[in-house]
Amino acid sequence: MMSRREGSPFAGLSTIALKEAADHMNSIRIHLVMLLVLLTAIGSVYAAIGQIKATIGEDQFLFLRLFTTAQQPLPSFVSFLGFLVPLVAIALGFDAINGEYSRRTLSRILSQPIYRDALLTGKFLGGLLVIAICLLALWLLVTGLGMLLLGLPPSGEEIARGLAFLFASFVYAGVWLAVAMAFSTIVKSPATAALCALTAWLLFTVFWPMLAPLIAGAVAPIDPLDPMTAIHQIDIQQAIARISPNTLYGEATLALLNPATRSLGLLFADQMSGALMGAPLPFSLSVALIWPQLAGMIAALLVLFTIAYVSFQRQEIRA
Amino acid sequence: MSPVLEARGLIKRYGRFPAVDGVDLAVEKGEVFGLLGPNGSGKTTTILLLLGLTEPTAGSIRVLGLDPLRQPLTVKRRVGYLPDQIGFYDHLTAQENLVYSARLTGLVSEEAGKRIAGALERVRLADVTHRRVATFSRGMRQRLGLAEVLVKQAEIAILDEPTSGLDPQSTQELLELIRELAAEGVTFVLSSHLLAMMQTICSRVALFRKGRIGLIGKVEDITSDILGGTHMVEVEAQNTDLVKVLAGAPHVSGVTPLKTGRWRVDADADVRADIARRIVGAGGALHSMTIRQSTLDEVYVRFFEGESHDVAA
Repeated sequence: MMSRREGSPFAGLSTIALKEAADHMNSIRIHLVMLLVLLTAIGSVYAAIGQIKATIGEDQFLFLRLFTTAQQPLPSFVSFLGFLVPLVAIALGFDAINGEYSRRTLSRILSQPIYRDALLTGKFLGGLLVIAICLLALWLLVTGLGMLLLGLPPSGEEIARGLAFLFASFVYAGVWLAVAMAFSTIVKSPATAALCALTAWLLFTVFWPMLAPLIAGAVAPIDPLDPMTAIHQIDIQQAIARISPNTLYGEATLALLNPATRSLGLLFADQMSGALMGAPLPFSLSVALIWPQLAGMIAALLVLFTIAYVSFQRQEIRA
Repeated sequence: MSPVLEARGLIKRYGRFPAVDGVDLAVEKGEVFGLLGPNGSGKTTTILLLLGLTEPTAGSIRVLGLDPLRQPLTVKRRVGYLPDQIGFYDHLTAQENLVYSARLTGLVSEEAGKRIAGALERVRLADVTHRRVATFSRGMRQRLGLAEVLVKQAEIAILDEPTSGLDPQSTQELLELIRELAAEGVTFVLSSHLLAMMQTICSRVALFRKGRIGLIGKVEDITSDILGGTHMVEVEAQNTDLVKVLAGAPHVSGVTPLKTGRWRVDADADVRADIARRIVGAGGALHSMTIRQSTLDEVYVRFFEGESHDVAA
């Protein structure tokens, strides 16, 4: 039965988004995760600064080094973020819908004059808002710390690259928020949904980089007499690795924060002829380089959100 | 007067299982209408269909003259709903919960503040306005749910099992509130399996059985239809067959043997004197006789008597 419905599907959207954001900001769960992120961020940046001070004056992008320099045994700020941002997003989203079921608030909220669309989208936007606020605060904190300890202001291009990095992190977090929300609509129990989302997180951040070469080796074995098969295998391995949003995010941050990055795939010597080794790429070209990665992550986000949306629209709300 | 709530040929199937299987009902303005029936007989599904929260497989619904599938927002703005085992956001206070739903309803904050204060006063939760709902008892939550309906100034309030799990005092308080609001012109639709309670409050009831309405009408009419009378006398006597003795007696509509020496007599008046006279006249020994007015519980049991056999078969 097809019939046109009256009224805007966005009625109540901002109310829900703001309420969700306020709830997250007040919840102990988010406080704990954010504390964890904050401590690791400060730790890694502090360590990086110690390293940078030793080599100061040798680099034109000191501030970007803040994010990428690793001082043993601490990994760099970027790799910490790549690891922890999904955790924040999962903490924000894993009980978005099934939590409403178990609290028995869903049918009461849906009996208010709003569409289901508004509830799901509002919750997603509320989560994104919190993520945006947290990432921005974190970035400002790191930049401030850098200015304080290095005694230098960041250059215009460093700020532009930093903001682009911020945006990539935001999209990456959005992908994981969509993963968590999809599980929260499909799986009835919040605890199970959290476990499912964490499993996906572990799979893609820890095991996927190990699996990709194995799968590529099985799909495209190397023929020792044909050097092209080796290249073919690497291409396939890279394609498989790029299914993981973690890989896409890693490549995007690499190109943005390390301006000398010229390619994210294989480069042959003849392609490099005439290039100045180690010379930085302009910002616009770095952005062009990560465009597919960024588009891929946004696409993943939309697909996952659509899955959550369709599954939520089809659900019976008897609770 | 046209009905404020009307359903025709309502059918809802889950897979092949019909949860609601052809329901017709009409509720007039200001009525307190009861949907009664055992668990799983289709009451809650009917309510969800009326609210447009779930789509019917077939049939049509009119709520305040609107189609809840085509104009769900308008319908939901004018109809209040109190779900079974209502839930609130535990970490928010009573007032914050109401502010949230008032915002979703589209009320501007000043008007909402006034209405919320008034509603909390009305349901006697004014002194816990700023307490977190986590500390609330079940009765307080139900009253808070009613406050939400009040804030909305709903023309129709649909309450699903409003008294289940409440202690007798909370139940009475809730019923009293419903009565007051109904007197002010709010139409109520209540669902329940607690019939004795519904009897005291509903102007009309519908008895559900397996997704269909078995009976619909005023409580007194239904009782006399099903039980054959409004009075029920239990007779204990010996050396007599009451069925023969009472054959043709005025006002008596039925005599059922319960066990040896015990019968149940249905009548539409107090026939005790007549029964006593006839037993003694027939040479029997009358031991005891108790009378009570029929309740919906009996209607219910009698009406669903066939049910258990069906399940066994």
